[in-house]
Amino acid sequence: MHPTVKELVASVPVVTDGAWGTQLQTLGLPVGACPDLWNLERPECVREVAESYVAAGSQIILTNTFGANRIALTRYGAADRVAEINRRGVELSRAAAGGKARVFASVGPSGTMLFLGQVTEAELAACFKEQIEALAEAGADGIVIETMSDLAEATIAVTAARAAGLPVVACMTFTSGKQGPRTMMGTTCAQAAQALEEAGADVIGANCGEGIEGFRIIVEQFRQATRLPLWVKPNAGVPELVDGKAIYRMNAETFASYIPDLVAAGASFIGGCCGTSPEFISQMVRLLSKAH
Amino acid sequence: MGDYSELYQAILEGNAKKAKEITEAALAAGADPSELLSRYMIPAMDEVGKRFECQEYFVPELLIAGRAMKTALELLTPRLAASGAKAAGKVIIGTVKGDLHDIGKNLVASMLEGGGFQVTDLGVDVPAEKFVEAVGDQEGIIVAMSALLTTTMVYMREVIKALENAGIRNRVKVMVGGAPITQQFADQIGADGYSDNASGAVTLARRLVGLATAA
Repeated sequence: MHPTVKELVASVPVVTDGAWGTQLQTLGLPVGACPDLWNLERPECVREVAESYVAAGSQIILTNTFGANRIALTRYGAADRVAEINRRGVELSRAAAGGKARVFASVGPSGTMLFLGQVTEAELAACFKEQIEALAEAGADGIVIETMSDLAEATIAVTAARAAGLPVVACMTFTSGKQGPRTMMGTTCAQAAQALEEAGADVIGANCGEGIEGFRIIVEQFRQATRLPLWVKPNAGVPELVDGKAIYRMNAETFASYIPDLVAAGASFIGGCCGTSPEFISQMVRLLSKAH
Repeated sequence: MGDYSELYQAILEGNAKKAKEITEAALAAGADPSELLSRYMIPAMDEVGKRFECQEYFVPELLIAGRAMKTALELLTPRLAASGAKAAGKVIIGTVKGDLHDIGKNLVASMLEGGGFQVTDLGVDVPAEKFVEAVGDQEGIIVAMSALLTTTMVYMREVIKALENAGIRNRVKVMVGGAPITQQFADQIGADGYSDNASGAVTLARRLVGLATAA
């Protein structure tokens, strides 16, 4: 186990952060704009989001680099800015953390389909290597590979992160149907656990996809398949449309009420995905400190 | 006409090469293209859809079967057109403005083609006026919209308003889908239908076309 992870899991659960995209939107990020570019264009807003999570009590904050890989940035005409966007992303979170939280850098999917031949394994490997090297050089404490649906792509990203020498968290996105939780590509929690562990992940888990009420079974299935520490970032329930805006109705208190159950089932790192905010993190921290 | 159940099997298994070979051989032997379509190809894609719904098949199987279907269909299309055979219906599909996600949209487009629909794909980040323009003076067609983000799904309502303002809302049926979409949302924005998966989208489109022609 990577020494950083060992140190962190000595006292579980570790509270991570909540959603970034929606927080940036409340600060004026237009719908459809590239959030990662704000590291360069509106760094004060990105830092504000990071600071709000540190203030809420996050022990690990992520970075605004989820879509900052060459393939994804190409769609916004920003392919030549991979290095600076990622570097700046780490710097902004680092400055916000002020020594109070660790900075784990976010790496999302490329948005292309490997099995359809839209991209080759070598191209994907180069794409993740470029992003992760920039994140590592900027001083990230760890890498969080998240929202993956294709296990092959996820393992390529894990391999690239391992090569950078940083602790690696690898998360996939599951939804539960008649046969239990599966990724969009049909991968089960057990299959994901095995492949991600073999690829060298230090921590594995799940984010997005389901509301928090669907995460207990995911944690249980992971727990059965691996001894690695588990990381979860669930959504705040399912969105509803109110006055022309999509909102997640679940409040911070209800969300937090699910946390003890997830910790009991074996989750070591907990935070939130879509629909969560700093308020959710503070609520979580309050609840967990009461329990101790 | 001979028995071409191997074509059914090839599409079900997503074997594009085999689907192409069988279709070529069948056409050379004088098989009726519309019968190949209705007896083997569309039923194969229907079975793919069923397997997807019971989680025997997942996105990769769906896309690969769709590709096999398309390969075979491309051989038939010129002959079908020459014989005056009509598609099940016409669909204009796109991911709405502000949203660049195309996996779900491509899946639905592929399944609709597999279901015998003629699909025009407007791509991603599609503004309302482009949907309106694509409809033009056509009647009884379907406008299908996709969105992955909770922030972009609300744009679907803008598209419906634009269709109304252009005076063509009553000439089309609107169907919507995407991860954050619900039936309730579809009702609220005045869409004619919603499906939470690509296979259900075909069933829905068939129903809507029936309604569209009856109206």
